[in-house]
Amino acid sequence: MTVPAGHTTGHTAGRTTGRDAATSAQAAARLVAGLPKSPAVWCSGLRKRYGKRQAVAEVSLEVERGQIVGLLGPNGAGKTTVIKMLLGLVRPDAGEVMLLGAPATDPAARAQVGYLPELFRYQPWLSAAEVLALHVRLSGIAVSAPEQHSCLDLVGLADRAGDRVGGFSKGMQQRLGLAVALVARPRFVILDEPTSALDPLGRVDVRDIVLGLRSRGVAVLLNSHLIGEVERVCDRVVILDKGRVAASGTLGELLGQREVRLRLTGLSQEARARLAEAGEAVEDDGWLTVALAAGDDEAVVPDLVRDLVGLGTRVHAVEPGRISLEERLLGILRAGSNEPGGGEARGLSGADVGNTDGRGLPGADAGDAEARVLSGADDGGAR
Amino acid sequence: MTTVRTVTAMAALTLREAARRRVLLALAALTLMLLLLSAWGFSRLAAESSLGTLTTGEARLAASQLLNLVMFGFSLIAALGTAFLAGPTLSGETESGIALAVLARPVRRAAVLLGKWLGLVVFGSGFVALAGLAQCLIVHWTVGYWPPQPIAALALLAAQTVVLLTLGLLLSTVVSPMASGVVAVGLFGATWVAGVVGGIGQALGNEGVASVGTVSRMILPTDGLWRGAMHAFQDPSVLSRFGEEFKGFPFLSEAPLTPAYLGWAGVWVAMIWGLAAVSFQRRDL
Repeated sequence: MTVPAGHTTGHTAGRTTGRDAATSAQAAARLVAGLPKSPAVWCSGLRKRYGKRQAVAEVSLEVERGQIVGLLGPNGAGKTTVIKMLLGLVRPDAGEVMLLGAPATDPAARAQVGYLPELFRYQPWLSAAEVLALHVRLSGIAVSAPEQHSCLDLVGLADRAGDRVGGFSKGMQQRLGLAVALVARPRFVILDEPTSALDPLGRVDVRDIVLGLRSRGVAVLLNSHLIGEVERVCDRVVILDKGRVAASGTLGELLGQREVRLRLTGLSQEARARLAEAGEAVEDDGWLTVALAAGDDEAVVPDLVRDLVGLGTRVHAVEPGRISLEERLLGILRAGSNEPGGGEARGLSGADVGNTDGRGLPGADAGDAEARVLSGADDGGAR
Repeated sequence: MTTVRTVTAMAALTLREAARRRVLLALAALTLMLLLLSAWGFSRLAAESSLGTLTTGEARLAASQLLNLVMFGFSLIAALGTAFLAGPTLSGETESGIALAVLARPVRRAAVLLGKWLGLVVFGSGFVALAGLAQCLIVHWTVGYWPPQPIAALALLAAQTVVLLTLGLLLSTVVSPMASGVVAVGLFGATWVAGVVGGIGQALGNEGVASVGTVSRMILPTDGLWRGAMHAFQDPSVLSRFGEEFKGFPFLSEAPLTPAYLGWAGVWVAMIWGLAAVSFQRRDL
């Protein structure tokens, strides 16, 4: 694990005059300005134990600026604990956290960080607008009243700005939480289950807000059970299992192999050669299944079809297929619970699949693990 | 600068919470009731005095003692109010999740704690000062008695409230909101009883029993400060005339507070606040 840019531990050596100090400060500023921007969050070797239970063990992750990273894993995997350690709400037993280039032990590092907790509750005796004003004041960033109001408007609470939070439904409180996370012009936003209390329309709103953040260069760490949502908006995914990083990578890396099923007639030798070029082909009951190389190149299938038609092949059906994130997640978690020695990066290119230490889920076989994951998974609603 | 901003924001929030949650309204209603009752009582006392059934000395004694009794009522209301406010403000917000969003801001936990403490101090002291002053004025208008050191007396009552709410704050960093309020008020009552027992021990010349009061006043300075306040409220001539007969009486204080004891009360508050800050800092949310 490399230390991110901006993480300097320099000491001022010896006595310096005021002018020397100013010159060296300018030199340091030039040096730092030349470095690439530090990640939105970087953590290394995070550990947390509650009594006998190791909630988090050696978690290291990174969210680049402007990137959306999804945090996935079954219940009790340690996702919320990791998030709370990033924000200084839970003290890690070991490990280091850097927020936007500053050590997270300094509260000032959180000045440009927005957070929607999994347990979203706000002062019930305040109005929605007052809650936002409080958070703006605590953040130390000057945000005008109209800007605060536009933040409430963004989450659909503009007409409830003056109402007491105590009278809000759970969904409205979660919307308010989202406004609180966004109000102080954050450069990094942590959303812990942001759609748990929202209706399908609200989920679409959240997806649009998250995509809007990315377009403005704001990094997002999204913890969600909605695998479909994560698949749609995230650039990278980190999968936690039993307090460890079970896998991480871009969707293309994690989902790995794609395939295309074809129904063809009139295959010439040249056409077969072209198929072999695309990937290994298996024929079954009139269907040819071609395993494509991993990656995000969307042009592979249309190019193949164009070439086959050009070579005189008659194309009756084309079914591009890709393993879903949900299937991949289940595969990784099953591998973690079944294979002694841990899951390996089978068939993955570039994805970082961690050692899941081979301990099975206590009292559970793979079927149980699947049920457990699916109980939290919900891919519907927001399409 | 950041710390000052956090402290003032949290203090203002705490005061607003007290106002919005109708704590202020409930306290005002209770206080008004007590003031009216005492006004009626004191006017009866004045009537008895004018009828000649009571000597001037007896009337002064009665007024002085009644004032102490009513003030004890106010200190109890302030103690209950602040202890039950101090509890939910930390552990309640931690339990409900309100603290998560607040503490994820660029704020130091000690600054948040200090802000809440200051808000509660202003609230508790303000209540005691206003209600106590109103009571003194009522006594003055009805029976013409004015305590010898009203400002010192009210300040000591306020200090007693500060001691108790600081304890409530410490407890709320480790136990549930309800438990912290109950334990704080329970300890307050126990110390008062221990003080009475100590007074009786002193009257009987039993040093062992007398030390119960001394030790309890050191462990929790609420009773010690209360006795100082009583001394400042009561008529000094009463003590010289009836001191021996009323030895051990719980609403008669024989000596003013020593500067050393006041210093100890200050150190005690600082120590308990420090413990609360450490406990809150280490707490996982």
